[in-house]
Amino acid sequence: MKADVHAPASAVALSCGEPVIRVEDLKTYFFTRDGVVRAVDGVSYHVMAGETLGVVGESGCGKSMTALSILGLVPKPAGRIVGGRVLLDGRDLVHASEAEMQALRGNEISMIFQEPMTSLNPVLTIGQQIAEALMLHQKLPKRAAMARAREMLELVRIPDSARRVHEYPHQFSGGMRQRAMIAMALACNPRVLLADEPTTALDVTIQAQILELMLELQEKTGTAIIFITHDLGVIAETARRVVVMYAGRKVEEASVAALFETPLHPYTVGLLRSVPSLEPDSDDGRRRRLTEIPGMVPSLLDIPPGCRFAPRCPFATEECVAAEPPLTEHRPGQWAACWHTDRVEATFDA
Amino acid sequence: MPDDAAFLQVRDLKKHFVLPGGLLRGKTRHVQAVDGISFDLARGETLGLVGESGCGKSTAAKTVLRLIEPTSGTIRLDSVDITGLSRSELHAHRRNMQVVFQDPYSSLNPKMTAGSIVAEPMVNYGILDRSGRRERVAALFARVGLRADQMIRYPHEFSGGQRQRLGIARALAVSPQLIIADEPVSALDVSVQAQVINLFVSLQDELGLSYVFVAHDLGVVRHISHRVAVMYLGRIVELARTRELFADPLHPYTKALLAAAPVPNPRRTRERIVLRGDVPSPVNPPSGCRFHTRCPMAFDRCKVDDPQLLTPGDGRQVACHLYDTATPARSAA
Repeated sequence: MKADVHAPASAVALSCGEPVIRVEDLKTYFFTRDGVVRAVDGVSYHVMAGETLGVVGESGCGKSMTALSILGLVPKPAGRIVGGRVLLDGRDLVHASEAEMQALRGNEISMIFQEPMTSLNPVLTIGQQIAEALMLHQKLPKRAAMARAREMLELVRIPDSARRVHEYPHQFSGGMRQRAMIAMALACNPRVLLADEPTTALDVTIQAQILELMLELQEKTGTAIIFITHDLGVIAETARRVVVMYAGRKVEEASVAALFETPLHPYTVGLLRSVPSLEPDSDDGRRRRLTEIPGMVPSLLDIPPGCRFAPRCPFATEECVAAEPPLTEHRPGQWAACWHTDRVEATFDA
Repeated sequence: MPDDAAFLQVRDLKKHFVLPGGLLRGKTRHVQAVDGISFDLARGETLGLVGESGCGKSTAAKTVLRLIEPTSGTIRLDSVDITGLSRSELHAHRRNMQVVFQDPYSSLNPKMTAGSIVAEPMVNYGILDRSGRRERVAALFARVGLRADQMIRYPHEFSGGQRQRLGIARALAVSPQLIIADEPVSALDVSVQAQVINLFVSLQDELGLSYVFVAHDLGVVRHISHRVAVMYLGRIVELARTRELFADPLHPYTKALLAAAPVPNPRRTRERIVLRGDVPSPVNPPSGCRFHTRCPMAFDRCKVDDPQLLTPGDGRQVACHLYDTATPARSAA
């Protein structure tokens, strides 16, 4: 049942704008034969009810592993949360028991993955899979759970839900499977929805449908969404605040407008500039060279000294190699971990 | 042939796959993966092929290369009709057209060193002797941004971006004039994607290559293409110069595609055209215009009458009844 897990905190959270979920200095390491992989290395962020936080970064930056850490799903035995806290309405989940986490997952916190086919059970009907969460967490009898499953399919606009609820995942198209995943994730009215590249495998016209649906449902339910993606376009259209991650660290955090208009970290600037634009005002011929970020993401086994981005950074100086810049608030609500934000700012304006 | 004649000319190309019929399924069915597409490609030009999954863009690219045999239609490469050539006759012409695939992981032999992967096409065509090939491989490595000492490494030792550079070096080894690239940057991170796109562009400027560039990412297609063909369910529904296509799309599907693409600008307000439903199955495509089941502009004629690719002017082509001058419906657009 929901209430006994975090009863004291939830009332407070709803009343005075406390974050629903707060990640504090989270460290998730993998202990491998080749050494310690610091996949998440001191990451903090929070989300308010009804808010969408975008988490952006390239492969291996730790954005997905942070989400799995929140859910207590770090691959064992190699992976382990070695430090920090994950607070759901003030209650620490890092030290929660597996039984407590099971009561939370799919109930208080849900997750949608990139490839719905791998997270749906092929031998159960879509309806059974949605009903399962309702029977487990809300103790609904089977008949009521199946009726609610059908309502959920209607909510995510799957046509002919009375028939579709009895179909198997392979009978659904890619877009419909992702809708079914959303229906499943939202069935128990979670406080937090972790969406890990939920539209990356979908075509753009289907992606537009899914994004619209997610934001519309969020308005109704007030669910806090952590939206993980590599796609800056998707971030611009969904998130209110954005966290940029690089090599296991948060390198910048800002409101979505500030991030796109006055980015302060060279990596953010690099990401923004390396995307081929669809903007009408950039119509000065296709031969403009895209700005590259030279080199590649460092191996997490062999993290460079000082600032992790320094080897690829056009602004890097000796200072950057000597000491890692702290994450500091340069403008209200905008944080960046860089020694040279003044120079970055001047360049981006130009 | 004058220089500006089409280097690649594709006419009414079709590829229908046969689905096996059976005792219970009844008669055989056909997937009309590519159903009558035509386009020209000049020397030094890039044609972008864009569309959603199942639109036939990858099949079209592979059929042009005859990696998949066409059902009908003609493919002329440098004014030679290669459609009916035998395997051995085709071999000589293949040298002129090479391919770069999406997934550098599965398109490189894991048991060969990077150097021998790039040298292999030269061996196949008997180009240069062993030491000559070694020199050329080194030069190709340098050109695509790999280090010579990486020649002795194996594909798994390379990152995704490096593997794609390797695939490009292999394609360039026999000095082709045409490269068909099937989603070559889709699997890469954005910062690395920019590196590979820049490489494609600079190689074209330097070597005068022609590209058929298949991609689903509209930003990438816009950046790299001179002209763009938009495909839907096996057909080209619109073909235009890049700037015109993006500034003033004509076909309702192109409009919807552009409206759906997320843009990295949080302040942009735009007209959302959210298409309902999924792409219909190419096994049993809709009657009339194949897009009419999802088209916000569809009228009665669209359900029965299959629109042809028309040329309303300025070298633009569009397959839509709204632009058919015989129908006074244009104002509706």
